[in-house]
Parts: sequence; C-alpha cells; structure tokens
Amino acid sequence: MADRAQPLRSRWGLGVAACVAALILGALAAVVWRAEVGRGIGPADWAAIRFTLMQAVLSALFSVVLAVPVARALARRRFVGRRVLIALMGAPFILPVIVAILGILAVFGRSGWLSDLLGLFGFEPLQIYGLHGVVLAHVFFNLPLATRLILQGWQEIPAERFRLAAQINADRRAMWQLLEAPMLRQVVPGALAVVFAICLSSFAVALTLGGGPRATTIELAIYQAFRFDFDLARAALLSGVQLLLTGAAALVALRVATGEGFGAGLDRPVRRWDGQGALARVLDGTCLIAAALFLLLPLSAIVIAGLPGLLSMGASVWLAAGNSVLIAGVSTLVLLAIALPMAVAVALGRGGLVELSGLLGLAVSPLVIGTGLFILIYPVADPFALALPVTAVVNALMSLPFALRILIPRVREVLARYGRLSLSLDMRGGVFLRRVLLPRLRPQIGFAAGLAAALSMGDLGVIALFADSETATLPLQIYRLMGAYRMEAASGGALLLLCLSMGAFYILDRGGRRHAET
Amino acid sequence: MKHLVLAAGLLGATAAYADTPELIVYTYDSFVSDWGPGPAVEKAFEATCGCDLKLVGAGDGAALLARVKLEGARSDADVVLGLDTNLTAAAKETGLFADHSVSADYALPFAWEDATFAPYDWGYFAFVHKADAVAPQNFGELAASDLKIVIQDPRSSTPGLGLLMWVKAAYGDKAPEVWDGLADNVLTVTKGWSEAYGLFLEGEADMVLSYTTSPAYHLIAEEDASKAAAVFDEGHYMQVEVAGKLANSDQPELADQFLAFMVSDAFQSVIPTTNWMYPAVTPAEGLPKGFETLVSPEKSLLLSEDEAAALRDVALDEWLTALSR
Repeated sequence: MADRAQPLRSRWGLGVAACVAALILGALAAVVWRAEVGRGIGPADWAAIRFTLMQAVLSALFSVVLAVPVARALARRRFVGRRVLIALMGAPFILPVIVAILGILAVFGRSGWLSDLLGLFGFEPLQIYGLHGVVLAHVFFNLPLATRLILQGWQEIPAERFRLAAQINADRRAMWQLLEAPMLRQVVPGALAVVFAICLSSFAVALTLGGGPRATTIELAIYQAFRFDFDLARAALLSGVQLLLTGAAALVALRVATGEGFGAGLDRPVRRWDGQGALARVLDGTCLIAAALFLLLPLSAIVIAGLPGLLSMGASVWLAAGNSVLIAGVSTLVLLAIALPMAVAVALGRGGLVELSGLLGLAVSPLVIGTGLFILIYPVADPFALALPVTAVVNALMSLPFALRILIPRVREVLARYGRLSLSLDMRGGVFLRRVLLPRLRPQIGFAAGLAAALSMGDLGVIALFADSETATLPLQIYRLMGAYRMEAASGGALLLLCLSMGAFYILDRGGRRHAET
Repeated sequence: MKHLVLAAGLLGATAAYADTPELIVYTYDSFVSDWGPGPAVEKAFEATCGCDLKLVGAGDGAALLARVKLEGARSDADVVLGLDTNLTAAAKETGLFADHSVSADYALPFAWEDATFAPYDWGYFAFVHKADAVAPQNFGELAASDLKIVIQDPRSSTPGLGLLMWVKAAYGDKAPEVWDGLADNVLTVTKGWSEAYGLFLEGEADMVLSYTTSPAYHLIAEEDASKAAAVFDEGHYMQVEVAGKLANSDQPELADQFLAFMVSDAFQSVIPTTNWMYPAVTPAEGLPKGFETLVSPEKSLLLSEDEAAALRDVALDEWLTALSR
C-alpha cells in the first residue's frame, strides 16, 4: 500500500472527496428526481454544445500560450512593482461578469479608448462582437490565472537547480531542455484543463460579446431549460454533458502531465543567472508591458468609472460588502479544510477519482447545483436562513479545482523528498503536518486561500437563488443597483468589490510568501 | 426559580411574536431593493395590517415563476407579485393560484378581466436613444437604417421575450421577415436588462430595448433630459405586471388584504418613481412631474395570455433562425 511508507494517510482526503462528490452529484440527482419527462436535447442544444467547445478550446489555448512568456518574464525578472503587478493581475478573474465586460468595452468597444485613438488616424472603430470578442474577454479573465499557475511551476524549481545550471554554464537551449520544458510539460496541461473548464460554463460573456444567439453556450441552454421551459430533465441532461466534457478534459490533462519533480532544495530564494542578455531583457520587458496594458487598462476604466459613485452608494451596499467579506472568509476556511486532505490523498497516489471529484465544482453548472441544493434543503429547513452558509460552501467547492492544482504538485514533492526521512525520525501525522508539510506549503496555501477568497467575494452563482431582501452579497447588490438604473452607484460598488477582492488576495498571498523572493 | 421565570418570559415573548401573522410575498429583485418600491410598500402595508410583511426577491419575473413551480404546493409564499401577461398562462397551468377579489378603476388602455391575477403597473416597451439623435418611426425604418441596437435574450429575460411578442403582435406571420431585416442592426444580445442598458449608457449602441418610461428616471432622478424613447407607428407592446395569491396560502385573508392594498393610493403612488412604470390605478395626485414629457404611443399592442403562450415557442424559433444566420 502506498499509505504505509508515508507519514500521512490518505483516508481523510478520500473521505472528504467522497463528501464533495456526494454533495454535488446529490444536487444534480435532486434536479433529476424533481424532473418530469422533458424534451430531451434538440438540434439547438447540439449547436450550443459545439459553440461552447469551440470557444472554450480557443480561450484555453490563447490564455495558456500567452501566459507562458509572461510567466517566464515574471520568473526571470525582479523589478519594482513586480509584486503589485502579480496581485493586480489576479483582479479580472474575480470581477462580476458585467463589470469586467464594461471595463473591456471601455478599452476595446465601439466607443472605447482604442477606437477613439484609431479614429484620430481615420480608421473605423473596432468590431469586438463575435467569437474573437468572446475569446478576448476570456483571455482577459484567465490569462492572469494561467500565468500564476505557470509562474508557480517556475518557482517550484529549486534555487539549487538554477545555481547548478549557472555553474555548468548552461546556455538558453540547455536551460530550456533541462529545466523549463519538463516543468511546462507538467504544469501546462493542468492550466489548460482549468481554463477550459471555466470557459465551458461561461454564459453572459459569450452571449454579450458573441453578438447574438449564435453564441449560445450550454450554460445558456441550461438557463433556458430552467427558466423559459421549466424543463428540469433537460437542464440536468445538459449539465451532464457539461460534466462529461470537463471530466474528459481533466482526464486528458492528468494523463499528459507526467514527469518527476525537480528534487528537494533548501527552500532558498531563487536567484537567476540566465536571461541577462539584451535580447532576453527586451523580450521579457515587451511581454510584461503588453500583458500589463492588456489587463490594467480595462481595470483602470473600472476604477475611473467607479470613483464618482463611491460616495453615493448607500448603507445597503456596505452591508452587502460585509456579507461578502464574511462569506469569503468562511468559504476560504472551508476550502482549506477540504483541499489540503484531498491534495495529500492525490499526492499519496490516490489521484484520479479524488482529483475528478475536485473538478466537479467547476463542471456542474452553478444554476443546477443551486437548484439541486434548494430542492434538497427545502423540505428540511428554510433556504433563506441558510443562504450565507450554503453560498460559502458552494463557493469553496467552486475554487476547489484551482486549489488542488496549486497544492498537489508541491505536496507531492514534499512527500517524495521528506517522507522517508520523516518516517525514519518517526515523524508522522500531526507532527509531520506541522513541522514539515505546512511550512513548505505556505506559499501555495496562501495563493490558494487568496484565490478562494477573491473568487468567493465576486461570485454571484448561488446567492441569487437563496437570497432574500436582507441577505445580499456585493455582486448581487451591484446587479440590483444596475436594475434600478443606478449605474453610477453600481460602478462605485464594482470598484469597492475590486478593492476588497484584491485586498483579500494580496494579504493572503503575501502572508504565504513572507520569507520568499523579495 | 429564576430559570423558570426566564423560560416563561421567553415563551411569552415567542407567543407574542407568533401572534403577529406573517405575509410572505415573492417578487423580483429590483422590487425589494432599497431603490425599488419594496421598502415604502412594506412600511405602508404594515401600518395598516397588523402583520409582518416579508418581501422575498427571486431574480426576475421568469425566475419567480420557476421558483414557485419548484416549491409547488408546499411553498411558504402567500402572494406572488411580478409576473407579466406573457407568463400568466403558464402560472395558471400550475394550479397553484387562487382567484382574487380585487376591483379597481384601472388606468390601463384596455379593460382588465382576469380572475386570478390583478395588475399593479404597466408600461410600453420601446427603444431608448439619445434625445439629440434622429430616431426611426417603425421597425421598417430601423431595419433600413444602420443604427445599432442592443436587445435582451428572450430565453433569459422578460423584456427580451416582450420584444418577440411585440414583433409578433405587430406583424404576425411576417415576423420572420422583420427579424431578417433587423438582424444586421442587432449589435448584440444580453442576458438581462441591466447588461443591455449598461452597454447603451457606455455608448456602445445607438438604441436599447427598454421602456417608454426609462427617460423619466434620467429626467427626474438625475435631472438629465438627454434620453428619449422612439415612438413606432406599428404600436407598442405592453408589459402589464400582475400579482396573484397562492391557493395554499396560510394567510388567505391577509393575502386578499394585500392585493386590495396593492391597487390603493399608498401603493400606487410610489410605483412611478421607484419601479419607473405607469401605475395601474392613477394616484390621487396624478403622475409625478416629468411623466408628462414621456412619449405616448397611439396604439398599444398586447397579446392575450393564451395567444402569448401559444406563440412563445414559434416566435423564439423564428428569432433564433433569423439571428443565427
């Protein structure tokens, strides 16, 4: 048994994974159970499935391919504001969709900054609506995430390896072959799968920037089945299709991502001796400036639009912000309690099923999870009373796949390198956890917690189904403001959300990396 | 002993609390928000009913119906407020609603005869544009122009469904040709009203599907007269928003009392400047200043709930076909 030779057991992780799977699949089953015989999947749904796949594949490819040089530049360069840039880059991911879209349009839209600039030279305004608009927006959302996942891969190469490479005078190609390419082979498939899964359930982005019903995604078809036709059977069926697609992508990614780690180091800060040539500097600089402009211009548009509204928001927005902070906090704790044992179980070789159950949170449509939980909770308790806890738990499940991707490689490495030594010292269980694993995992825990907190802060999924008039989160309140014509106050709320999420992310992420890499 | 006194006190308090009956009204989100009619309505009704009015927001009109269907006969709700006439046929089909006993002198452009649902406000769908721009006079002119419009997806939004019904009511079997003509004017389609209106305000599109009353918000709340609604000579489709009581309500008298209150002055007078729609019964003081500047269509269009229900799937198919090309 893999368990016997290790200081930790996989039992906990397996149990937690089973609970996660039971909760999500149970919600799906509840929807099926309540369904009457429906229409089944029609030709329009197949068109939606095709479009969903195409945009998700393109979005994943562009996000990850563009992220590689950006992550490499961030790994090689040390400059003033690097930390802030990394934190800022996390921002788009957690914004409510409509806010992010308005930010993108302020830059790339028909009357956006770029179109205005082009107009000065007599060009036509940009045409953003269409498949390219969808992909552009998805890259805006996911490039930062992909960059962070890949950057982490770079940072997990021990400092000693770079020192060694410098000592043997490894040139660019050797460096690539020895260190970078094997690392990317491990990290890139997972990043592709995660971005693919996120884009698979996209709906408002695809519809708004896709330009019309051509850009129908599975998620919109689920929405239609639920709201327009009240055909729960079809909603569940389509959700099943989404589940299969995500699962297939995850399996492929897990298969492809092979290779050993890079061995243990002494956890020293990484120093790089490569990439000091003029060409490399220019290349890295260009990548960083391009990525920063691409991500920061829309964000600045959101800030500029939000400043005048900050004062006119009213007490209910601040109250909603309090709710959001509370949910984010609880959700982050829940996430860590779930993700750590699961990551250990995966690292101990109980991979496949545990990791798959971790992906379920992304794979099953939030609308279906929410509806299913509603059906389950309704007979035994008041759904409104449970709005906040349910939202916190579901948000934790949504960020679980990211947390696992962040934690697993490092846990695996720590176990592989320190497992036997610890056993020979009779360090196991809690002692191993406290003395060996957690300290080495701190940067990853910080990153995962920061991402979970930020994601949860910006999430709109389940709360919309459970909230009554008193319990609203900040994103929901922003939508309500917009629904009441108060666009200025809504922009203020969006800016507040941006600050809160980034603040949470920055504090947790920094807290995790306090000693490393200044 | 002390414990006993405390326990008795607590029990007494609970009993006193339980004596106040609770009336639960499901409605859409923007109704319950601080800026909607919810807070004023709650205060005014609680002042007269000796009860606790609980307004629960559940998405928009379509989500509201889905919610009621999901909960079925066991629902805690006593009243559902916020369906429109495109949804009432489906709502009646559930058998969950009971007849009402409301009568009022409605200010609707037609006689209201519905035993199950009573109206509380109404409005005309219209394309809102910048006041200084030249607006088309009908769908034909719009199709011939190179104006760009933002509309909402009928599958996820009630105004989006309203536009389908508008074209259907005005053109019947010719609706597919109208959509063919409009296809190149549709800049994009959004999930809901908020997204579409946001895009319009950002300057992305020349016009947005909204209501003839939208300019009133800008005029009255923002003192900004720069928005106007285009009048189409085919007529304008109406949205009539209604409420009904649930057959399984445990507070049937209170529910009736609430529906009667709904068409009273206290409720109706807050509608124009909170829900930004026309009140179903003109308040004693008339419409607020600024509403007289709004355009008023010569002809109002409204399909009966049965026609609307029967045409819904056909109209959606026609729309999808024309815009997916």
